[in-house]
Amino acid sequence: MDNRQHPFDMPPGTDVAWCPGCGNYMLLKAVKGALEELGIDRKNLVMVSGIGQAAKAPQYLNVNMFNGLHGRALPAALGIRLSNRELVVVVESGDGDMYGEGGNHLLHAVRRNYDVTVIVHDNMVYGLTKGQASPTTQRCMKTTVQVNGVTLEPFNPLAVALALDAPFVARAYAGNVEQTRSVIKEAISFRGFALVDVFQPCVVFNRLNTYQWFKENTCPMPEGHDRSDRMAAMKLATAPGKFPLGVFYRNEKRELYEDLTGISEKPLYQQEQPGEEAFNAMLEAFR
Amino acid sequence: MVFEGAAGQGVQTITAALLPILKNSGYQVFSCTEYMSRIRGGSNTTEIRITEKKRRAYVRHIDLLFALSPHAFEHLKERIDDNTLIFVEKERFGDHWDDRCIDTPLTTFAVEAGGQVYSNTVAAGVVLGILGVTLDRFDDYLRGQFAGKGAEVVENNIKAATLGYDFGRRLPAARSLTIPAPAFEDGTGRLLMDGTSALGIGAIAAGCNFISSYPMSPGTGLLTFLAERANAFGIVVDQAEDEIAAVNAGLGASYAGARAVVTTSGGGFDLMQEGISLAGMIETPIVVHIGQRPGPATGLPTRMEQGDLNLALYAGHGEFARAIFAPGTLEETIETMQRAFVLAQRFQIPVIVLTDQYLIDAVSTIGEEDVKRLPVVPSIVRTDENYRRYAFTDEGLSPRGVPGYGDGTVRVDSDEHDESGLITESFEMRRKMVEKRFKRLKPLGDAALPPSVIGRHDVAEILVICWGSTRGVLEEALDIIDDNRFAGIHFSQLFPLNPATGAMLENMRLIVIENNAQGQFADLLARETGLSISRRILKATGEPFSVEEVVEYLKEEIHG
Repeated sequence: MDNRQHPFDMPPGTDVAWCPGCGNYMLLKAVKGALEELGIDRKNLVMVSGIGQAAKAPQYLNVNMFNGLHGRALPAALGIRLSNRELVVVVESGDGDMYGEGGNHLLHAVRRNYDVTVIVHDNMVYGLTKGQASPTTQRCMKTTVQVNGVTLEPFNPLAVALALDAPFVARAYAGNVEQTRSVIKEAISFRGFALVDVFQPCVVFNRLNTYQWFKENTCPMPEGHDRSDRMAAMKLATAPGKFPLGVFYRNEKRELYEDLTGISEKPLYQQEQPGEEAFNAMLEAFR
Repeated sequence: MVFEGAAGQGVQTITAALLPILKNSGYQVFSCTEYMSRIRGGSNTTEIRITEKKRRAYVRHIDLLFALSPHAFEHLKERIDDNTLIFVEKERFGDHWDDRCIDTPLTTFAVEAGGQVYSNTVAAGVVLGILGVTLDRFDDYLRGQFAGKGAEVVENNIKAATLGYDFGRRLPAARSLTIPAPAFEDGTGRLLMDGTSALGIGAIAAGCNFISSYPMSPGTGLLTFLAERANAFGIVVDQAEDEIAAVNAGLGASYAGARAVVTTSGGGFDLMQEGISLAGMIETPIVVHIGQRPGPATGLPTRMEQGDLNLALYAGHGEFARAIFAPGTLEETIETMQRAFVLAQRFQIPVIVLTDQYLIDAVSTIGEEDVKRLPVVPSIVRTDENYRRYAFTDEGLSPRGVPGYGDGTVRVDSDEHDESGLITESFEMRRKMVEKRFKRLKPLGDAALPPSVIGRHDVAEILVICWGSTRGVLEEALDIIDDNRFAGIHFSQLFPLNPATGAMLENMRLIVIENNAQGQFADLLARETGLSISRRILKATGEPFSVEEVVEYLKEEIHG
């Protein structure tokens, strides 16, 4: 018997590989809520992910799924999107997957600006490989590899995205399901590349950035922040102190890669083989 | 005849103009190119052969040399002898002057016609004069080529061509050569193309509609070929940030229902290997073209080698099915490219097409009737609500749905997964999935192209085996040897091997000829058939085998 509560739920009894108390659960709830509120047809939604605990998120949503290689969610998402513009493409990834292994793809996805929403579960640590530093691990945190504490400054995903004029840049905290849902909802409805970095505690391997820590170290977006002002967003993204939550930047003017490259409205799977006439016309050039 | 010049001097402009004119005048032509990895300078050559019989092989000996750069003599000293006629400008090549040289005032004529820029046109005119091919076609070509640059440029070009042509006509008979007569009264019915174009035509014939690649010589040509025709055929073209992105975008596209190809060379393919493994796991079709060049590492970027068979064969971690093709002629290139798509989709596997710089750049002719189009078998199904991407079937192949088409959801996972595509760690499910992924090996093997025979297999005692681009040189060498004890065997599919292969090679002396240092195909053949390979003829200098070289090797077989 099917006891699903709403269309994105997996069948009851689906095994979930996350630890009890993991921030991923709240993030999953927020994603489901956003999808439901947007009224997205799950048959036209593809969730794409790489590898890691965060990248398992699509496993727990009853949607189309491309769970590919570590760090390579974005290229796969690009291929999917360019082959069928009717699909809504959402990437779920972790800080290691997206900012470490897949860093180059992130840069070039922002440059292209195709319509994709990238939700990064940012728990500032490697979970699945058991607690090594991630690109966003805070300085001085000791791990089994960084035995004297992390010596490098953490990667600043929002500043990097803003530097490349990513047209939608936001940050949320999974502990605040309400706001996370609302930001993700806005990101998915945004036409173009949308990055949502979501703080999320890892209850097993990150003893530093706990629920309490995130509560104390995040703050609401300053009042009156102009979301269309990239420099103001950059200032907020690089300012020391507490991390503001919400939408940093929206740029409605950037053109979509799909439009710039003239990708057909018709999905490629519907495309016929080239006809005799077009094929023979091509051969003419070789006479 | 060989045209030599520094990069940027326009050797390719000359040969690109001459080849269609010679072809349309009915000559059997073949051309191949060797060049240095630099943008300007150096010494590059293009060889054009005019033959009685159709040939597709590089010959070492040069009958006519047109030298534009002072490096020609040093670069080509092994290829010229007392019988070579060398067309050079005396004032520029004084040091090397001897009685093989014919002072050819390319610059003087060019300046007379309007400027030094017309030297190439003069050179092409000289060739046509020597051959006695009328200038009409060349004039038409020049009008077409330079129409956009104004009447003066067209007129100057025609004048340059005429000056060169008259010079060529006036050469004393004693110094001219016997040139094979045209094989056809009119060659305009035949098509002239290089290997890259054949790959592209094959891809388009197969309905390829997605290419994502990162440029790397000599694989880039397929990317530019499809990009030029993207609008005409609705092909999505994406220049990827790296080869890892290229293959993963290709797989994403294929998952969404595109017929995807990626092109690269060995070094780029190294980066794609994890993606090849992913294709195996998620059972998603992908065609990968590897234009081989000599490695390891950057190697000789613009040269040829057949050194990446083992790479293609073993690429990607884990165990999964794949197929590897290596065409040797234009006909085979067009056909195997289509077969690559057909097999990739039918068996839901990665398929690799191996070519090399020599095959890619070599220009040859093909009859229009030999451009075969294979029937396309629809491979995508409409999903229903209960669709499961990896549903178990007798043959191990599950109907392939795509997202957005039907009522189901399509879930693919690089983790081991169950029938619905969800992650699993059940050993029982793993066992079944491994079995599922390998069930296709049998039908995949049965569908493999058999090797083709060059000569008479029934009376032969010695089989000379080749694969990929070495076909042309072996065909010609066997013709020259003209000895029925020899027959050639060419493989255009390298893996899996056709099941009849072993029986075909039994009880014969087997010689494998390949352009690499170890004999990678010989190893594969020995392993797959259990037969022993008597001799390996190998070359890994970065050059193709020449006809003369292979004839020498075969003569050793006769004379010991």
